[in-house]
Amino acid sequence: MDETVSATAASIADAVNAKARSAREVTDAMLAHVDAVDDRVGAYLTRLHDLARAQADRVDARVAAGEKLPLAGVPLAVKDNMCLTGTRTTCGSKILEHWVAPYTNTAVARMLDAGAIPIGKTNLDEFAMGSSCENSALGVTRNPYDPGCVPGGSSGGSAAAVAANEAAIGLGSDTGGSIREPAAFCNLVGFKPTYGRISRYGLIAFASSLDQIGPFARTVEDAALAYDAMAGHDPMDSTSIDRAVESTADHLRTDLRGLKVGLVREFDTEGLGGEIDAVYKKAYADLEALGAEIVEVGLPSAKYGLATYYLIAPAECSSNLARFDGVRYGLRVDAADVGAMYEATRAAGFGPEVKRRILIGTYALSSGYYDAYYVRAQKARTLIAQDFRTAFASCDLIACPAASSPAFPFDSKSDPYSMYLMDYYTIPMSLAGLPAVSVPCGWVKASADSSPMPMGLQLTSPIFSERLLLGAAHAYERATNHAALRGPAVGAPA
Amino acid sequence: MSSDKIDVRYVAKLARIALTDDEVERFGAQLGDLLEHVQALGELDVAAVPATAQVVESRNVQRADTVRPTLDRETVLAQAPQRQGPFFRVPRIIAEAE
Repeated sequence: MDETVSATAASIADAVNAKARSAREVTDAMLAHVDAVDDRVGAYLTRLHDLARAQADRVDARVAAGEKLPLAGVPLAVKDNMCLTGTRTTCGSKILEHWVAPYTNTAVARMLDAGAIPIGKTNLDEFAMGSSCENSALGVTRNPYDPGCVPGGSSGGSAAAVAANEAAIGLGSDTGGSIREPAAFCNLVGFKPTYGRISRYGLIAFASSLDQIGPFARTVEDAALAYDAMAGHDPMDSTSIDRAVESTADHLRTDLRGLKVGLVREFDTEGLGGEIDAVYKKAYADLEALGAEIVEVGLPSAKYGLATYYLIAPAECSSNLARFDGVRYGLRVDAADVGAMYEATRAAGFGPEVKRRILIGTYALSSGYYDAYYVRAQKARTLIAQDFRTAFASCDLIACPAASSPAFPFDSKSDPYSMYLMDYYTIPMSLAGLPAVSVPCGWVKASADSSPMPMGLQLTSPIFSERLLLGAAHAYERATNHAALRGPAVGAPA
Repeated sequence: MSSDKIDVRYVAKLARIALTDDEVERFGAQLGDLLEHVQALGELDVAAVPATAQVVESRNVQRADTVRPTLDRETVLAQAPQRQGPFFRVPRIIAEAE
């Protein structure tokens, strides 16, 4: 069995830095694995064989010259809403299907500089709008743990890639849960840092006040290594935070002594069903067994999170996506005059979910409705952020579910609102800008004859406390190790 | 908050998206459903609450007014749906004089 493909990022980097393996060997093994399994997973929209091999050779040359690189030779999957010079960058949309990025996203550039190898660009819900990857116009991505189920979304391709051992680290973007929910569905660690910690330069915008890049990994340590490589101010993004970044990978904890963990009164899990409820009750007990003091906290405004989000995010998207008009790049559908050209281009280029969100956002921002919808949502956002500040006065971390169910079968959520509900537990943290991580916490069967599917425990903490958060997540992972209980149905090492 | 029925055709015109009759009907029902859900925000007393546009510290950022490298013009124009020399070509916007 060639376990190169299932090795952690940390162990790959150690082996490459020690010259026990070359980045080129790791890359060739990974590309062969991707070519063998990805037709059954569909994680990648574009495979980057030539670029990956060229980067591997550069990394080997740097290591030979005496450099130590934190991610030397680590295979990387990049969500296809992040630009990488010279590669197709589609956002999973017909409107950008053939667009080639002329510059590189800062987070991707930092990962490559740290020694990572870009294996390919991964599938996503069109423009990152969705929770299952089913809204991609360019391909179907399957959950490696059950190919009949979705991988989650919107960063479903990067999640599926890491779960099927087609990369050691995946990059996703999280606007309302788009890293944390697919991480939970695919038995991975998924980390959304504090808003502004990682530059958005070269991340094609969905909702600019919420979008945040973060990693998928098979361990907390790997997620921490990726975060450490990407975090920090970037002059190309004026919303990136100009303050010192605390490293995380060298501060992972083995217990939770001295920490207070808040359980949210309004997020009681009994309504999620007996088996799911038991998973979370056990997870909270495990946190206590690790030395945490468990306290109850209230987030009375969190139940308004979904309504708040589905006004603010579409409003921002309706503005951001106005640039796709057929003039300068992307699809154009010709028409007699310029107005008809815009309308025909956008009608043909955008899928139904993107159109719905542009319409609701345009409506919420339109004259006569702006105060009643958009401004009221911004005020509700203030209340939600205040709730968290109040809660964190009596605890260090909050623990809750990452999603209300495990991965679901394809085509099972035809009503848009039922899909929106998947992000019930992740949206409040996004609205408050908080760092949040999903860690595997157990397995449940959706029905008697289905195979067990993974669930995720979400931990969140005050802004800029990534070191505390990932440290605690590592302690929980180390003590429970739920992820190791089962391997993927597709993508296990050959 | 009132639960006005959304005029999908009008909003689509503002958003520059041509819709089929079928889409007008389907999106109208789905957006109406979503607007019902967001009515819940009407329960909140927000009279004295400031609006939040950005959660994490932010300030106005300026840089020195110096020339920096930009994307090469050919690289950018190579992706234009239609170009004419160094320009993006678009359908006629202003009618010819009679």
